[in-house]
Amino acid sequence: MIWNETIECMDREEMRELQSKRLSDTVSRVYHNVPFYRKKMQSMGVYPEDIESIDDLSKLPFTTKQDLRDNYPFGIFSVPMGEIVRVHASSGTTGKPTVVGYTRRDIAMWSEIVARALSCAGASRDDFIQIAYGYGLFTGGLGLHYGGEKLGATVIPISGGNTQKQLQLMADFKTTVLACTPSYALYLAETLEDAGMTADDINLRVGIFGAEPWTPSMRKEIENKLGIKAMDIYGLSEVMGPGVACDCEYQDGLHINEDHFVPEIIDPVTLKPLPAGSEGELVFTTITKEGMPLLRYRTRDLTSLNYEKCKCGRTLVRMNKCTGRSDDMLIIRGVNVFPSQIESVLLEMSETKPHYLLIVDRINNLDVLEVWVEIEDQFFSDKISMFEQLSKKIKHKIESTLGISVKIKLVEPKTIERSEGKSKRVIDKRKL
Amino acid sequence: MIIKQLSVFLENKSGRLNEVTEILEKAGINISALSVADTSDYGILRMVVSNPDLALKILKENRFSVSLTDVLCICIPNKIGSLSKTINILSKENISIDYVYAFSMNDKALAVLRTEDIQKGIDVLKEHDTEVLDADDIYGI
Repeated sequence: MIWNETIECMDREEMRELQSKRLSDTVSRVYHNVPFYRKKMQSMGVYPEDIESIDDLSKLPFTTKQDLRDNYPFGIFSVPMGEIVRVHASSGTTGKPTVVGYTRRDIAMWSEIVARALSCAGASRDDFIQIAYGYGLFTGGLGLHYGGEKLGATVIPISGGNTQKQLQLMADFKTTVLACTPSYALYLAETLEDAGMTADDINLRVGIFGAEPWTPSMRKEIENKLGIKAMDIYGLSEVMGPGVACDCEYQDGLHINEDHFVPEIIDPVTLKPLPAGSEGELVFTTITKEGMPLLRYRTRDLTSLNYEKCKCGRTLVRMNKCTGRSDDMLIIRGVNVFPSQIESVLLEMSETKPHYLLIVDRINNLDVLEVWVEIEDQFFSDKISMFEQLSKKIKHKIESTLGISVKIKLVEPKTIERSEGKSKRVIDKRKL
Repeated sequence: MIIKQLSVFLENKSGRLNEVTEILEKAGINISALSVADTSDYGILRMVVSNPDLALKILKENRFSVSLTDVLCICIPNKIGSLSKTINILSKENISIDYVYAFSMNDKALAVLRTEDIQKGIDVLKEHDTEVLDADDIYGI
């Protein structure tokens, strides 16, 4: 079912007009309310009256994650704090998280786009939706929750973890829709198998999976093991949260709710917009958000856009599955990890050299991060216990910085490849 | 009486031990005693060799993580109870042993010991009439 046919099947020319009007309103608001944007625009010689349509998008400044950190916590909010009814924060663990704020209308809009996404993925008011995304600062849990309620479905707010209970409720409540990360879905499927059960013992029909990259083969595996249709949902907290885009029944690109978020594809090096269909970095401008509107936010996700009308009837532009990142960020068990975080931990420790290699793998459907570390010669000892202690110390420091568990492997000095240019710091065996 | 043992960090990769022994062979260095302590990821090779300073230098040149560690070596009769007697001496004096590697042949047994305080270990053992070998005796074996 199409939740909002007027918007989702809107004529492309009409959509452009709607976007253009909303864009110029947004630009005018941030120019007057957010000193950060006013300064940026003034330094570029761009003023609100220069933005008449979405063709003028490229005149606007970009926004990056670093800009959000620099203005921590509320510097980019566009309304007085009294208007903000909720904040969320990203999983970013480098120093300061990125904080986002929502007004009452933002929450309503968010619920609307998640209801659209759920509907697009095949859910309806008759469904039982088990939300196994984490509830809390992370946008996954509450984002899906309000959308599910808006849809009129029965929401089971179980949050993440507690796998046995997940399966028990799934069986007892006859849950029909599961929302979680794709890796957790696979883990649930395996636990189901271990319990001697099959897809026939549960009632699942549809899965809404996002918050981390996953492959077509993983999709097939989840679909087979749980007997469901596995749908991809895309979003990022800076832009809104889950529901920015979602798969439809044809699973041929995710429909972007572009009446709220205008996408562009840019060349991540030259920062120039690329023609329709080209692959590059995805950039979003929010055009209805009140709490924290963002101009040309660089997602760092690499993908391409498809403006053709979909077989499902929707005219909303589709984004293809992300093929990678334009920075070196890794998503490990849903947590954003930058190799530079590990480098700075190693630099602080006198016992280690800042040479390291990260090996990321997916074992039993869980992401595993192994860190190879070289030891300083002077700390070399003849005792195993000393290495074990050192290994524990490094593990503890990295874990408290990243917020996820890691395995440490000590290696001989000078065995990690050096290079003159950009060194190879990461081996990702997950083949995403 | 303090003996310099070479300690080498070895990743668990095939051929790594062979590289060390070949480097020593080319430098004309004899290995008198050797042991490997292993974990799942790496091992520590411990050796008593004929020329520890030279061995240290050339292994470093070959980019190995290597250091010299003080150990002591005892020579005891190869008969029931003699090792027990020696360890008992150290235990009574509260000298803990970090590790030991030993071998016996004919009527003698040799053991390389790493104690917390090497000099104290040597003194205590000698007071109790245990034969502690000189470095020169070992390097030349």
